[in-house]
Amino acid sequence: MSALLEVEDLRVRFRTIGSLRARIRGVEDPFIDAVCGVSFSIREGETLGLVGESGSGKSTIARALIGLNPVADGSIRFDGREIAGLGERQYGALRREMSMMWQDPVGSLSPRLTVRSLVTEPFRIHGVKGRDLDEEASRLLTMVGLGPDFASRFPHQLSGGQARRVGVARALALDPKLVIADEPTAGLDVSVQAEVLNLLGDLQRRLGVAILVITHNLNVVRHITDRMAIMYLGRFVEQGPTEDVFFHPRHPYTEALLSANPEPDPDAAKERIEISGEVPSLLDRPKGCEFHTRCLYAQDDCRRVAPGVTRESETHRYTCHHPLSE
Amino acid sequence: MPQAEPLLTVSDLSLDFGTPRGRLHALRNVHFAVPKGRIVGIVGESGCGKSTLAHSLMRLVPGNADIVAGTIDFEGENILELGERRLRELRGQRISMVFQDPMTALNPVTTIGRQMYEIQYRSKRSSAEKRTAAIEMLERVGIPDAASRLDAYPHHFSGGMRQRLCIAMALLTRPALLVADEPTTALDATLEVQIINMLKDLQSDLGCSVVFVSHHLGTVAELCDDVVVMYAGEVVEKGPVREIFHRPSHPYTQALFECDPGRIKEKTRELPTIPGELPDLRNVPGGCIFKARCPKAFGRCEREHPEPYVAEGEDHVARCFLLDEEEVAA
Ligand SMILES: Nc1ncnc2c1ncn2[C@@H]1O[C@H](COP(=O)(O)OP(=O)(O)O)[C@@H](O)[C@H]1O
Ligand SMILES: Nc1ncnc2c1ncn2[C@@H]1O[C@H](COP(=O)(O)OP(=O)(O)O)[C@@H](O)[C@H]1O
Ligand code: SF4
Ligand code: SF4
Ligand SMILES: [Mg+2]
Ligand SMILES: [Mg+2]
Repeated sequence: MSALLEVEDLRVRFRTIGSLRARIRGVEDPFIDAVCGVSFSIREGETLGLVGESGSGKSTIARALIGLNPVADGSIRFDGREIAGLGERQYGALRREMSMMWQDPVGSLSPRLTVRSLVTEPFRIHGVKGRDLDEEASRLLTMVGLGPDFASRFPHQLSGGQARRVGVARALALDPKLVIADEPTAGLDVSVQAEVLNLLGDLQRRLGVAILVITHNLNVVRHITDRMAIMYLGRFVEQGPTEDVFFHPRHPYTEALLSANPEPDPDAAKERIEISGEVPSLLDRPKGCEFHTRCLYAQDDCRRVAPGVTRESETHRYTCHHPLSE
Repeated sequence: MPQAEPLLTVSDLSLDFGTPRGRLHALRNVHFAVPKGRIVGIVGESGCGKSTLAHSLMRLVPGNADIVAGTIDFEGENILELGERRLRELRGQRISMVFQDPMTALNPVTTIGRQMYEIQYRSKRSSAEKRTAAIEMLERVGIPDAASRLDAYPHHFSGGMRQRLCIAMALLTRPALLVADEPTTALDATLEVQIINMLKDLQSDLGCSVVFVSHHLGTVAELCDDVVVMYAGEVVEKGPVREIFHRPSHPYTQALFECDPGRIKEKTRELPTIPGELPDLRNVPGGCIFKARCPKAFGRCEREHPEPYVAEGEDHVARCFLLDEEEVAA
């Protein structure tokens, strides 16, 4: 199968303060690279998980993919076509094929719209004519397991899980090839989270839609993704098949994240691996390996030389001088 | 193991909220104890009453709350009957609280140092001693360069550091009880590990008791000695942490554990869920509170409300008829 989405060396920069203030304060480089040289691909029907702590650049990637963030460098190919730097008009059409499911899909929309309007809004936004919107609403609501009766409800009449289902229905309205789900289960209880993950997995199998799942929660990627990538300070530190990364992590940061997500068992006994300190500022990236300020295994070379990408296999890669052994 | 002497005992506590659509019965006949020097976890899904319970331990409840029954015995006094003055003395001195959002407790326009001296207003120490105590506590919670940060304001700190500040302030007066309502929920996982480990160390050094509210089972398993499981305003199960995690006896606890993805080792297509929704607490249904979602419900669950029955193992009870001798015998 060919790649549906191919991202190469993507860089997204933001100006942090105005040029005048920068000069006054003597800041030489008032820019941050929120995403810095990221490469990955997603094949048709495949699910990729993007995992990292807050501020690591996950949402910035998502917004760059759908043309809401400027691309400073690198290429984004979707369905064989270069789309980085396209104008807003061309992006409008693209967003039918590549749809976004925001973190709180219903809470962020008007409380006065009915569920019917919410799920059929994409038809209006994209000027899709000649469809019976009542029928479309029923079809979509049935597809996500809510049923046509929900069409007349208002957002405040929905439970957390139902609201996410409406968000999924909306994202699937125009039959996209790729759905980008940014924190699809954030703030949900585990039982409801499981419901939403089951739904995403099921739709992916039934409709063959590719999904990019963005999350800070490893439990979310574990069961529904084929491959996953771990982000730190705007870069991928490791990526590979999900099971490989879970069972044979090579990057120390991956290990720390996995350990921070323990099995709920008081006798699991294994002490959690605790990395010290907090994420450094993007304005002041550490020299050498950018993780060295928190890494338990850092050696002298780590502080001087940035590690390159090591290919463990065709699909499993990481950037570390002293990777964990099997 | 013999139960340690209780520091705090909540008996038969019931609390209603007045709402435009009627009284919401948020806590019903809650009973549990916090032994001296132990960490008690309160778990359950959102809306089940964890925060309401945690806040009522300090009688810190909103204006529309009405405590309709019960007692909260703390060091020989009933918190629910104390005068405002005595209550203020206890708060922040004998019982302190840490919230999910650190800014709830921090004053944004006052320096950290000043806030920490003010907390010690009752102490007879000199101001130099108070300053030393503040610095020492900031160091213990892991604030680097503590002495030089006393003049900083809360907004100078990251989210994780602010939560450390709150913990430092809460423990500065050496309270007997620390109540923490989801203190790590808003933090990243690697910071959560740091804070949990720090709390564990501090608690064993200071010997205080802790009530730790969380919906994260992994954290509770790691940190707590005892666990209280809540569902829809009731304590449905409680016991020592190993009992609860190894032998969950209430069908709700069992279901909650089953759908925690951290527990599922094999990659599965279908994760377990808990179908159905929380009952409407304005109109509390009769019978067992979990019956509408319980896969094991039977006739009696419709008609009667289960009392806490003793489960296998010591100090372990669950409100489920399946543990009743009569049912077991039948
Ligand atoms: N429009 C913007 N302008 C300036 N900085 C931004 C902008 N969007 C994001 N950032 C910064 O980029 C970094 C990555 O943010 P984000 O992609 O939202 O992280 P994540 O989704 O992983 O939590 C953060 O430091 C954030 O403050
Ligand atoms: N001030 C209030 N007024 C009315 N209802 C409230 C108030 N605070 C909480 N509730 C209700 O009480 C129940 C328990 O809430 P809460 O204690 O916050 O649960 P948890 O902390 O377990 O998520 C919920 O049904 C909630 O909607
Ligand atoms: S390169 Fe060195 S500092 Fe960086 S992750 Fe590997 S061991 Fe740690
Ligand atoms: S009492 Fe009945 S309904 Fe309630 S938890 Fe037990 S079996 Fe289920
Ligand atoms: Mg984000
Ligand atoms: Mg709460």
